[in-house]
Amino acid sequence: MTYIELRNVSLTYDTPSRRVPGVDNVSFGIAPSEFLCIVGPSGCGKSTLLNMIAGFLKPTGGEIRIGGKPVTGHGLDRGIVFQDFAQLFPWRTALGNVAFGLEMKGIAKAEREEIARRQLALVKLEAFAHSYPHHLSGGMQQRVAIARALAYNPAVLLMDEPFAALDALTRDDMQRLLAEVWRETRKTIVYVTHNVAEAVFLADRVVVMTPHPGTVQAEVPIRLTRPRDPLSVDFLEHQKELLRHLGGTAAP
Amino acid sequence: MSAAGERARSLRRAAVTLLVAAALYEATARSGLFPPALLPTLPAVARTLVATTLDGTMPLHALHTLTRVALGLALAVAAGLPLGILMGRFAAVEGFVLPLASALMPIPSLAWVPVFILWFGLGDTVSILIVFYAALFPMLLNTWSGVRAVNPLWLRAAQAMGADERKLFWKVIMPGASPFIIAGLRQALLRAFIAVIGAEMLAASDWGLGWVIFDAKEFLNTDVMLAALVVIGCIGFVLERLAFGALERATVVRWGMVRAAKE
Amino acid sequence: MPELVPATAPRASVPAERANARLRAATRTAFPFLVVGAAWEAVAHAGLFPPRLFPPLESVGAALVRLTASGILPHHVAETLLRLAAGFALAALVGVALGIAMGRSRRAEDIALPLVSIGAPIPGLAYAPLFLLWFGLGNVSAILLVAFVSAFPIVFNTWTGVKAVKDVWVRSAQAMGADNPRLFRLVILPGALPYILTGLRLGLAQAWRILVGVEMLAAVPWGLGWLIFGAREFLNTDVMLAGIAVIAVIGLALENLVFRRLEEFTVVRWGMMA
Repeated sequence: MTYIELRNVSLTYDTPSRRVPGVDNVSFGIAPSEFLCIVGPSGCGKSTLLNMIAGFLKPTGGEIRIGGKPVTGHGLDRGIVFQDFAQLFPWRTALGNVAFGLEMKGIAKAEREEIARRQLALVKLEAFAHSYPHHLSGGMQQRVAIARALAYNPAVLLMDEPFAALDALTRDDMQRLLAEVWRETRKTIVYVTHNVAEAVFLADRVVVMTPHPGTVQAEVPIRLTRPRDPLSVDFLEHQKELLRHLGGTAAP
Repeated sequence: MSAAGERARSLRRAAVTLLVAAALYEATARSGLFPPALLPTLPAVARTLVATTLDGTMPLHALHTLTRVALGLALAVAAGLPLGILMGRFAAVEGFVLPLASALMPIPSLAWVPVFILWFGLGDTVSILIVFYAALFPMLLNTWSGVRAVNPLWLRAAQAMGADERKLFWKVIMPGASPFIIAGLRQALLRAFIAVIGAEMLAASDWGLGWVIFDAKEFLNTDVMLAALVVIGCIGFVLERLAFGALERATVVRWGMVRAAKE
Repeated sequence: MPELVPATAPRASVPAERANARLRAATRTAFPFLVVGAAWEAVAHAGLFPPRLFPPLESVGAALVRLTASGILPHHVAETLLRLAAGFALAALVGVALGIAMGRSRRAEDIALPLVSIGAPIPGLAYAPLFLLWFGLGNVSAILLVAFVSAFPIVFNTWTGVKAVKDVWVRSAQAMGADNPRLFRLVILPGALPYILTGLRLGLAQAWRILVGVEMLAAVPWGLGWLIFGAREFLNTDVMLAGIAVIAVIGLALENLVFRRLEEFTVVRWGMMA
């Protein structure tokens, strides 16, 4: 059964010269607790798609439904993590940031802080609850961002290339941490990336998109048992398959 | 809506706002609530502006004011630019000048007017010196910052390619510091203009836009006052936009260095 | 404004070493003043200029003591500071409110921006005679003029700051369920704070600069500007210089005590220097 459904979703941009189709007729479904990756080169519309699921953009055609209900703007049923680690509020401590969504929900202070602390523990940052973001490294800030997006218990976690700006070693650590967090919380995750290896490591299923216009090229299930070994033959086979689908679509 | 469409709409709104404001002013001026001496109608102001421009008095006043600005600014650049560079290159100079500059800077330039009047008498000298004082600090400090901010990587690269001290200075340090120097020049010009008006009002010497306004008050010539304000506003606008937009565009923006020096 | 203190202070870990280092730093700062002071004294005592016009430092010091003891100087200072506080407070309230409105509402921006832009290139003091004519001599004119002039940088910086609030913060907050009032209070205001503080700082500096000039023009009976201007009549250069020294001290105090502290408590702590 599908929890998130995209049906004939399109988005056309109005530029001074003409109308550009950003995303064209995209349809697929996501099961509850599924980890779905959307992979594609720059300009294929994957971030646009994520923003539409998040409710920040409205599709010009088609519709998106979550749990049967159409998406009309943002909501507390979805948590979102951006790529920019400056997404944390610099004027709040890590704890203050994570507790924000709970504050919006009107939860009492003591309870908020308790929940926030637990979230920070989940991403292994309890010791830094009272640090300000500018004292934390990029990887740590992204961990706080993940904790913040999970704190108010959304059913869906939307992530837009969250680890792209980190160095390779930190990225590997973060991917492993995310896999662990997913295993423990069982959220439905929609994860956008241009990194094929990352998609194979994390996802249950990968949607491959190609640009000009942004369309779904293929849907590839990843049938590897977790924990996954990025150096195993099966892993590389999956990578090759994805690259094949992306193959003849080099950006002009 | 496209970017061009947005701009057009903003311009239209701006025009509407100004027209409405002007209309409100006219209405108040003609309503009889205030004596016409205090609140002249816009046509009266326009007439005065045209008359004083045609008979040459307003342009002459403007010329006096601008000359004082130019002279004071020239002095400030002549003193501030070399001194700022020396401060940036030699710690000893920095150590000597910086405390003095920090102590003098919080003193508004106009505070010196009475002292200067006693020392130099009423007239051009006082105005020019006040302009010099006001323009010196932005020039000095921005130049200093600029020299300090020259990326050491550029210096190392140039040295590795065989640049000697003099070449290093003219071909790396000066261009590298130029965004800051230009920012300093811009601030100095603005401060100079502000200072000259005040100085002219206080060191009353018969000519100058500041003097015009001050003198007009004595005779309740509010129309002259407003006309002079219009002239001052136009000059200020021109100074701010055209003179500097063009200079910045020709050098710093072209080199993609604008981010370096936003004050 | 570039940081005025060069970061050359040596880092010593032993208390005695640290005290020594501080003493050396203090001497280094005092040195240029000693040199200039000595030069001044030399010229003053050389008899090149009449002592009335070029008073030696002792006279200035004596004038300072005399005026303070008699309570005259404190009175002038109090009047000036009161006007500054009143004018600046008014400018801050109106300026921040207007800047926020302009930053949040395209309509407000379109209406206010042309008016503000027209007033901006005109030096504040140029409005002084107009204000004097409309509101008469005295405190009302002075305070209104100070408020009017210092409002401009406050409006511009606040407006810029509100518009510069990072989109990613707004989106994150919205995604977490923040409604508009809470978005404003918890995200936009703190997000714009570095710019607002810069605007307030520039506004205060403007207010201070203009106030001294206004006091000279507006013939208010008390105030540092008037003190200096009035001393002209009797060639009391020593009084003038004493007044200028007080002005310098107040200017420094405003910058360091008021703004540094405020900034350190907020934007510096959050790593958000504008």
